[in-house]
Amino acid sequence: MIRVQQEPFDVGKELAALTVGRSDIGATVTFTGQVRDFSDGADVQKMTLEHYPGMTEKELARIEAEAVRRFGLTASLIVHRVGELTPGDPIVLVIACAPHRGQAFDAARFMMDFLKTDAPFWKKEQGAGREGWVEAREEDDAARDKWK
Amino acid sequence: MTILYFARLREEIGTSEEKLDPPAGVKTVADLMKWLRGRSEDHAHALGPGALLKVAVNQTYAEPGTPISAGDEIAIFPPVTGG
Repeated sequence: MIRVQQEPFDVGKELAALTVGRSDIGATVTFTGQVRDFSDGADVQKMTLEHYPGMTEKELARIEAEAVRRFGLTASLIVHRVGELTPGDPIVLVIACAPHRGQAFDAARFMMDFLKTDAPFWKKEQGAGREGWVEAREEDDAARDKWK
Repeated sequence: MTILYFARLREEIGTSEEKLDPPAGVKTVADLMKWLRGRSEDHAHALGPGALLKVAVNQTYAEPGTPISAGDEIAIFPPVTGG
């Protein structure tokens, strides 16, 4: 399942909804990404997340389906927020459920690595009288390419 | 044909969407980029040959040689920074 939304998410509730009544899950890994209050040494007071409605959902669904296929996940979830966020706010949630821990750990990392480079979101940071678009990082491409 | 711009590119070009009818010779993503650069100084600057940009045709990532046709939704944007 994938969702793009403005509202915050509750990790506990999402996890409970995803796994209720399931006895085929032996391992669950959850990853939450949050807004930092610093970026390349500069203060960040606010972050705005823009996305490409339609393609974003398509890319997230494609990434999730690939993780299910590759790691044999028995349940999974990707939630990503858009709009205005402040430091400490959760941005992204990835949950990977599998029969065994290795698959769940790997799948959570796989989904995040591809989300970072393929899902059309863009961050703009504001703070201390300045604002600017966050630059893509080469490390993120390298992290994704390790899966190839 | 609908052209969509996002993030920094949207700001540099000054619009998020253009409905355009490129000439018949514009057959690929690379042709379109070249043609778009001729539309204004802002286009030329933002879409300059050195600009690091991604292109999606009908919401799927495309390459310079990807064919395009009337009715397509073409999105042009900087490398993504979600997560």
